[in-house]
Amino acid sequence: MTPIILLAPLVGALICGFGWRVIGEKAAIVTATAILFLVALLSWIVFLSHDGVTQRIFLMSWIESGSLATDWSIRLDRLTAIMLVVITTVSALVHLYSFGYMDQDPQWREGETFKPRFFAYLSFFTFAMLALVTADNLLQLFFGWEGVGVASYLLIGFYWRKPSAGAAAMKAFIVNRVGDFGFLLGIFGLFYLTDSIGFDEVFAAAPAIAETQIRFLWTDWNAANLIAFLLFVGAMGKSAQLGLHTWLPDAMEGPTPVSALIHAATMVTAGVFLVCRMSPIMEFADATMTFVVVLGALTAFFAATVGVVQTDIKRVIAYSTCSQLGYMFVAAGLGAYSVAMFHLFTHAFFKAMLFLGAGSVIHAMHHEQDMRNYGGLRKKIPLTFWAMMIGTLAITGVGIPLTHIGFAGFLSKDAVIEVAFAGNTAAFWLLVIAAMLTSFYSWRLMFLTFFGTPRGDRHTHDHAHESPLVMTVPLGVLAVGSVLAGMVWYNSYFGDDHAIEEFFGIPATETVAEAAGHGEGSGDITELGEAETSEPVAYAPPGAGAIYMGPDNNIIDDAHHVPVWVKVSPFVAMLIGFAAAWLAYIRQPALPGQWVGQLGPLHRFLLHKWYFDEIYDTIFVRPAKRLGTFLWKRGDGTVIDGSINGLAMGLVPFATKWLNRAQSGYIFTYAFAMVIGIVILITWTTIAAGN
Amino acid sequence: MANLLSIITFTPLIAAGILALFLRGDDEAARRNAKWLALGATTFTFIVSLFVLFGFEPLDPGFQFVEERDWLLGLQYKMGVDGISVLFVMLTTFLMPLVIASCWEVTTRVKDYMIALLVLEGLMIGVFCALDLILFYLFFEAGLIPMFLIIGIWGGANRIYAAFKFFLYTLLGSVLMLIAMIAMYLDAGTTDIPALLAHEFSSVPMRVLGLNIVGGLQTVLWLAFFASFAVKMPMWPVHTWLPDAHVQAPTAGSVVLAAILLKMGGYGFLRFSLPMFPIGSEVMGPLVLWLSAIAIVYASLVAMMQQDMKKLVAYSSVAHMGFVTMGIFAANRQGIDGAIFQMLSHGFISGALFLCVGVIYDRMHTRDIDAYGGLVNRMPAYAAVFMLFTLANVGLPGTSGFVGEFLTLVGVFQVNTWVAFVACTGVILSAGYALWLYRRVVFGDLIKESLRSITDMNGREKAIFAPLVIATILLGVYPSLVTDIIGPTTALLAETYDVATANFVLQHDVAGADH
Repeated sequence: MTPIILLAPLVGALICGFGWRVIGEKAAIVTATAILFLVALLSWIVFLSHDGVTQRIFLMSWIESGSLATDWSIRLDRLTAIMLVVITTVSALVHLYSFGYMDQDPQWREGETFKPRFFAYLSFFTFAMLALVTADNLLQLFFGWEGVGVASYLLIGFYWRKPSAGAAAMKAFIVNRVGDFGFLLGIFGLFYLTDSIGFDEVFAAAPAIAETQIRFLWTDWNAANLIAFLLFVGAMGKSAQLGLHTWLPDAMEGPTPVSALIHAATMVTAGVFLVCRMSPIMEFADATMTFVVVLGALTAFFAATVGVVQTDIKRVIAYSTCSQLGYMFVAAGLGAYSVAMFHLFTHAFFKAMLFLGAGSVIHAMHHEQDMRNYGGLRKKIPLTFWAMMIGTLAITGVGIPLTHIGFAGFLSKDAVIEVAFAGNTAAFWLLVIAAMLTSFYSWRLMFLTFFGTPRGDRHTHDHAHESPLVMTVPLGVLAVGSVLAGMVWYNSYFGDDHAIEEFFGIPATETVAEAAGHGEGSGDITELGEAETSEPVAYAPPGAGAIYMGPDNNIIDDAHHVPVWVKVSPFVAMLIGFAAAWLAYIRQPALPGQWVGQLGPLHRFLLHKWYFDEIYDTIFVRPAKRLGTFLWKRGDGTVIDGSINGLAMGLVPFATKWLNRAQSGYIFTYAFAMVIGIVILITWTTIAAGN
Repeated sequence: MANLLSIITFTPLIAAGILALFLRGDDEAARRNAKWLALGATTFTFIVSLFVLFGFEPLDPGFQFVEERDWLLGLQYKMGVDGISVLFVMLTTFLMPLVIASCWEVTTRVKDYMIALLVLEGLMIGVFCALDLILFYLFFEAGLIPMFLIIGIWGGANRIYAAFKFFLYTLLGSVLMLIAMIAMYLDAGTTDIPALLAHEFSSVPMRVLGLNIVGGLQTVLWLAFFASFAVKMPMWPVHTWLPDAHVQAPTAGSVVLAAILLKMGGYGFLRFSLPMFPIGSEVMGPLVLWLSAIAIVYASLVAMMQQDMKKLVAYSSVAHMGFVTMGIFAANRQGIDGAIFQMLSHGFISGALFLCVGVIYDRMHTRDIDAYGGLVNRMPAYAAVFMLFTLANVGLPGTSGFVGEFLTLVGVFQVNTWVAFVACTGVILSAGYALWLYRRVVFGDLIKESLRSITDMNGREKAIFAPLVIATILLGVYPSLVTDIIGPTTALLAETYDVATANFVLQHDVAGADH
């Protein structure tokens, strides 16, 4: 079944990309959407029926060179299953939603066909993302990784008439490539160490890697730390973590359904997936993991601060995504992979919904995206309003404190924060502050958009209309997820050890058999399940389950035993944020203006997004261009050609004369007479000698 | 069919001879006949070469289809292919019909143009098949002449300068190579390449002009060959002839130059430098690795700033060839496999990119990037093809461009992490220049008045690109098509290299050198 899930979207993409000329525009996009719904259905079947045992399906061999052998294959375990439902569900809904959203697009002229292309890209993206999560080796994962990058590039640049879209697309690809640079080095390193890049072999070798020193650049490193760090650089790019985040806000140039699918629910979470997937390595890389935690917490905080001052509705949500990804990395970095996946899972629902809701608002407001021109839309677009409300309640984490009842974000975000307290106090405080800011900017968005009096263009406001059914139905489905996803699966992701072990297919701690080669870096893990039980050991070896948590990793347990004030703190932070937003945007609308006046420099600092773009431009982009010009004009021109020309100067006058005559034909004939003479000579002697 | 290789080598040459001797006049009919004859000959050559490919026994790492005959003056005529060369022959025969088709609209001296291209094809195939030193040298050097004429006669405004730069650069290296070949003959007593491969050249340190040369004769010979092949590749810093040659060359010339002619350098390294002078390679290897890494970064940065599309693609070729030399002198299985793969893949991709430039050059007669913008408005098919090859050039997994880059980097990482680190920045920089080019040419609104009536690709152009598209994707998704064929040969190559250098390092250690 999984090969169908993987390949069907590719078929859909091809039908939309090329087949529409044959079967027609409408038929093509309907087919692609139908395929996605089928795939989503299959994915849920896989997810719900999955028993936690890792399956491997071989499809075809890929790059083979000596001991390096990679396949096109599928690895189906719990991590994959989770990602399958997230990807296909959101993708199917986004396909459906796009029927409405892309129906009339002022970017295009009369008679221009753009819908099949759009759907083709969406389906292609889905395929690439599925290839990423089903990969059984790092190289196929990298294929998916780059594939989604290209899909993202094409979709951000979808409105190719807009220069800003072209620039944003390019930026997204190149910044991601910086991450890929690290990712690739990590792959090379792993191959160097283990002579393989298949997951099973790499995971089995993890304990040995942890004991190894590797020479890299100027010094020796602990291999596990180095590899984990290099791979995480890749994750930083894809998941827009601080330093490599600059592309994500710009990516909002793409059509809104794209933002929901790629830049909220799926692609940007690939980095988190990678860290969880590589948990057997990560568990042995303490230093790197600390870095992951710190960077994740800083990202969560940084993005939340910037989100506060954004005025473009999509950019607010984009920064919010960036911030929530930081939460996931904090959890993953502290070893609570299941919690990271939990937040990834719930976040997919409510963030996709917020984006699609924003899209619905934008659609209603004739592609106006500035929140300062919204206001009072509650009555005009009630369905959208309620959807956004549920999304906001979910992201800000509304629920009943100290119980397991609440919106999806309440359960997963609080889990992250509890984990953070158990693992790293500084990260905990940053996350709580970020939670407060999250609440503030989310409610700010709600108040500016749906409450108060209409601002901006009167005409637009008068004609604001609710979106068609194809757009509101996906919102409804996602709303159900945003409400229930947390409560239903709380136990599986963040319950007791046993529940998590069962869900993620980790052999139960008491019954794992000591297998030959355990901890030696050899031995086939696939056979572990069938291995004869001889003597019980305490913990499963790396790679036995979908995630690996080392013997001294008690983070989940610790998180369950944090003080009560810690458990309540995100809730309080949420209330403070809400109150502040209510005060500033409902009660006293003049207040934000005063704040801006009083905190001028801070406001500018935030408005310029901490000046990251400016700094990068100064230290990377412009010097690179200057260096390029310098090397070209001076290096190639003056130095190299200068020397060569000096050498050749004596010959040139002669040469010119010679070629001028060549042009007139004489020399040409001579030269050819010569060549042909040689040819005939060789031919003749060949034949003569042959006889 | 024992002389298949001779047939494919001489078919184009004989066709050229027929054109030269029997086709008269320069009217419409004569031109058409010349083009059809050339297309027919190259297609026939391709079909015959398929028999070589399918008859090739991949598991045998030795030479196959060997032909051996006495030749004039006591020299021998010997041809044969192994896992390294057979695919270069295929690359040549595969691309040439497309090249001929791409110059269908040329009107100046069509007959001569076809003759030049046909002669060039024959000589290039000869280079890859020759198993005798003298024969190889003849093909290798004679190949210069038609290329020189193609640039010098059908080129752009500044063609004389470019043609001479090309000629002088490559000739300079050739002289040194010839001297080295004579030295090899004197040392080994034969010009037979298989025999030379089995011959062990001295690696006893020697003193030349007061300099102590580690690796002795091997290093000296290696350097002489290096002078020739490095220019052909071209490697930094002897690459500056390439951008000029490309800019001035006509489209077909650029395609042949980038797709096939450059590969003769890499092929030479694999046929001569690495297996015949392993000690020399071991001694000089680090230098080559660094030159390659510099080439990748340097050429990518320079490419980014180009205003001329062809120059940009030319510099990108220099960068991609950097991966090739890096892989070869990493001298392990992945490195060598990757280098060969990269050369083949670059043949398709750079060829296609030059054709892409040619498509719009034919319409607008300018290669200035600023003269374009928003082409997707009127040329969607072109935009799609150009996009594919841009991404392939960037090394996207799933296209052939990725496999070679990846394998060479894997190979070099095992040898020198610094070089791998520097070279790997190429993945960022290539995205920079390639996507920027694409954005400036294809994206955006169509504002320029001159572009208002530009037309999309016609059937002929699409037909030329179709095989390239298929090849690029097929090899990206299923590279075993290539690695299965080259594998046994490269495995043997890497193995013999290891044995040869292990002994050398051992001696060195005994001698007290620090390792």
